[in-house]
Amino acid sequence: MKIAITSTGNSPESKIDSRFGRCAYFVIYDTESGSTEFIPNQNKENVEGAGPASVQLVASRGVKKVVSGEFGAKVKSIFDSLQIQLVVLNDSEKTISDIIKLLEDNK
Amino acid sequence: MARPKRIRKMTNPPHFKGFRPIGLPEENNPVVLNFEEYEAIRLSDFELYGQVEAAQIMDVSRPTYARIYESARRKVAQAFVQGRTIVFEGGKVYFNSEWYSCNSCGCWFNHPSKELEVKNCALCGSIDIEQYSDDVLQSAIEDICICPKCGEELKHTPGIPCRQEICPKCSNMMVRKGGPYQHRNRNNQCK
Repeated sequence: MKIAITSTGNSPESKIDSRFGRCAYFVIYDTESGSTEFIPNQNKENVEGAGPASVQLVASRGVKKVVSGEFGAKVKSIFDSLQIQLVVLNDSEKTISDIIKLLEDNK
Repeated sequence: MARPKRIRKMTNPPHFKGFRPIGLPEENNPVVLNFEEYEAIRLSDFELYGQVEAAQIMDVSRPTYARIYESARRKVAQAFVQGRTIVFEGGKVYFNSEWYSCNSCGCWFNHPSKELEVKNCALCGSIDIEQYSDDVLQSAIEDICICPKCGEELKHTPGIPCRQEICPKCSNMMVRKGGPYQHRNRNNQCK
């Protein structure tokens, strides 16, 4: 299963981004192969509609779960219709490798 | 036109689709048990709530709850006696259980496929999870009178209508917290 995590930077040591639509990077983590992929978010500077555009980006990668600090109002209903699970993590001090470790232990 | 039905609140839908009698050929005339009827049977006969409590949990009036419950029992009896299949389907409901919180890692998560039961945290896999419930539900069970003018809250005394209580701060008439009057007042303030 593929899981998307919002990140503030492009290394495993960078912290989770508390916003979904305007995060700096998306990390696509594959639980089967254990691989991670960093995708820069082009929708970051959008005036409007950054959330839905980001949903399209992660959905096109076949993600089934999204970890972020906060989701906007438009995003929630789109994720629901796509059957993608949302995980809200308020702890902004957690790094990407911390979260990946949690997800690995979960398996 | 009839007044629209009040939307019934449900905690969790059943994680299977229905029942089938043993030793009878498959027939396609099932009894359709609405989700609200399933919930009524669960609250009254499984959780053993009284009708007043159960009605508050489902966010409907006590007589409405009684009607849902009666219809549910008749359908179950019909299926038992005539050996018909029961299918859980439809009904005017919304689910309370969409969000869960995990006490181990402190995250929140929702649940896209409602038919499956949630047992583990989506992030850390801990079994120490809690279902999110909102304040309106809590106040419906606790019964609080609220002043629509200044927001002062008093504990409701059963048997005395809230509007007979007087706010100790501004001598205004009180209304029930989370009740229709409070919502109406709140709507008026928005305009």
